[in-house]
Amino acid sequence: MKHRHTFPGRIFDYLNITVLSLFALAATIPFVHIVATSFASEREILTKDFVLFPTDFSLNAYQIIFANDRIVHSLLVTAFITAAGTLINIVATSIMAYPLSRKDLIGRKPLMMMILFTMLFGGGMIPTFLLIKVLGLMNSYWSLLLPGAISVFNLIILKNFFQQMPDGLEESAKIDGANDLVILFRLVLPLSLPALATFSLFYAVGHWNTFMPAVLYINDPDKWPIQVLLRNIVMLSQGWLDNPEAAAEQAVSPETVKMAVITVATLPILCVYPFLQKHFAKGVMLGSVKG
Amino acid sequence: MMMDRWLYLMLLPGVIFFLLFKYGPMWGIVIAFQDYSPFLGMTGSEWVGMKHFHRLFTDPTFFMLLKNTLLLSLLNIALVFPMPIIFALMLNEVRTAKFKRIIQTLIYIPHFMSWVIIVGIFYVIFEMQDGVFQEVMASIGLQKFTIMMDPDLLRPMYVLQSIWKDTGWGTIIYLAALAGVDPQLYEAARMDGASRMRQVWHITLPCIRSTIIILLILKIGDILELGFEHMFLLLNPLNRGVAEIFDTYVYTSGIVQGAFSYSTAVGLFKSFVGLVLVLAANKLSKKFGEEGII
Repeated sequence: MKHRHTFPGRIFDYLNITVLSLFALAATIPFVHIVATSFASEREILTKDFVLFPTDFSLNAYQIIFANDRIVHSLLVTAFITAAGTLINIVATSIMAYPLSRKDLIGRKPLMMMILFTMLFGGGMIPTFLLIKVLGLMNSYWSLLLPGAISVFNLIILKNFFQQMPDGLEESAKIDGANDLVILFRLVLPLSLPALATFSLFYAVGHWNTFMPAVLYINDPDKWPIQVLLRNIVMLSQGWLDNPEAAAEQAVSPETVKMAVITVATLPILCVYPFLQKHFAKGVMLGSVKG
Repeated sequence: MMMDRWLYLMLLPGVIFFLLFKYGPMWGIVIAFQDYSPFLGMTGSEWVGMKHFHRLFTDPTFFMLLKNTLLLSLLNIALVFPMPIIFALMLNEVRTAKFKRIIQTLIYIPHFMSWVIIVGIFYVIFEMQDGVFQEVMASIGLQKFTIMMDPDLLRPMYVLQSIWKDTGWGTIIYLAALAGVDPQLYEAARMDGASRMRQVWHITLPCIRSTIIILLILKIGDILELGFEHMFLLLNPLNRGVAEIFDTYVYTSGIVQGAFSYSTAVGLFKSFVGLVLVLAANKLSKKFGEEGII
């Protein structure tokens, strides 16, 4: 590493590290600022004597949020969709990926073609919308759970993952009298836990962030997931003050409440993130292996 | 066959899923050639041939949509696409493993936030009357102004938010490609007296060329597909002239105004051009001796 000690090499290193650090700060500071300010008191917001972190803490904004039935309810709705949706995703993806991973399966090729074609072309928003309507799924949580049950991308990755398992494993189980269903659930899936964990977490993040399907298919405000409510509160400035007097009484500015809602809608993901991180680099790598 | 009956049974739910939710809507495309009425349904509505496509191509709105969509796509390819490559190259030059890991952890975070949250954060920071941004602008003597509503600032905002959300995440795949570069190549280049910039130019970049090209093909295929959510959230009556793109137009004319047949035609035009572009880009990359995606 001769270059490290040369003068231009050092300048390069310092510059490189500085730019990267600035970018890392830019990626995180806006959110940190929002979280911090959501805890600021009305007085401090008014006097504006802080830039990033307030010193005078107050939980009033959170009291308003958690006293609001609609916000609490939509958080519960989102939690339910995330849990149920992820379970459906994982079961549906693995029971389809497993037969497809068996090279001797008759009809495998045309099936794969049929699946891959959907990556290139789709019906589009309006025909999908009409389908959901015809199926009677409007205003039902099923409209958020079923249309995305299997992601083609994840299906292919999981299929490739199953293919890499040694053949002898299945053969010996077969000799012991196990059928394919037993082999999948007792043998293959337990051996795939790291891959399944990665997919679960990706699917879960997707469900927690679900927005557009809810805008399209859910008209009943009582069934809105948090992201839809978040948009109404933050961007359209409506929907959070069911009870304006309470807010005035608590001396909370609407802006602080907006920040608190953003915080509440984001923190669960950021709590999952550390667990996710050690897996996802590997997951993305798996995805870059061509099927 | 009998031995595999469990396998076929397992395939069944998935096959039903694909037929219903992926191929079902494709079947629904026929309404682009009808005057679809929800009461008459797909079988009862009147067939009108290319009427809706004719309307689309003669409508001035079409050129506004095409211009807005293409401009944003080109900005995307020119400004957003190279960012992960640049940052991956920079991260690759970092010799301290711990520092590299910290930076990576931080820059991945925005990817996990939804567009609602990201646009929301921009709203709160830039739009709030007493917010940080307006205060800073005032303190350096600039007048307070609104950003999220300004049509002139829509494109820069769009690009900025796209970079902010996914640059960090995008580095993962390039870092993986970079990890596969043979260290001996650098060794040899150093012997020949190549500087670090020359090494990046003559070794690192050529080694990740195929990864860059594959991702570029995917991007080109999406030229008319900017990601509906993001623009949907940025769109407002004031910036409609620059912000309305094919995706958002399908939503407004179809779902909001109920012109199902016409908006299906718009959507079909968009998907068809996308398909042709992917296939063309793929062919082109094969011509240049790269692998391509199909």
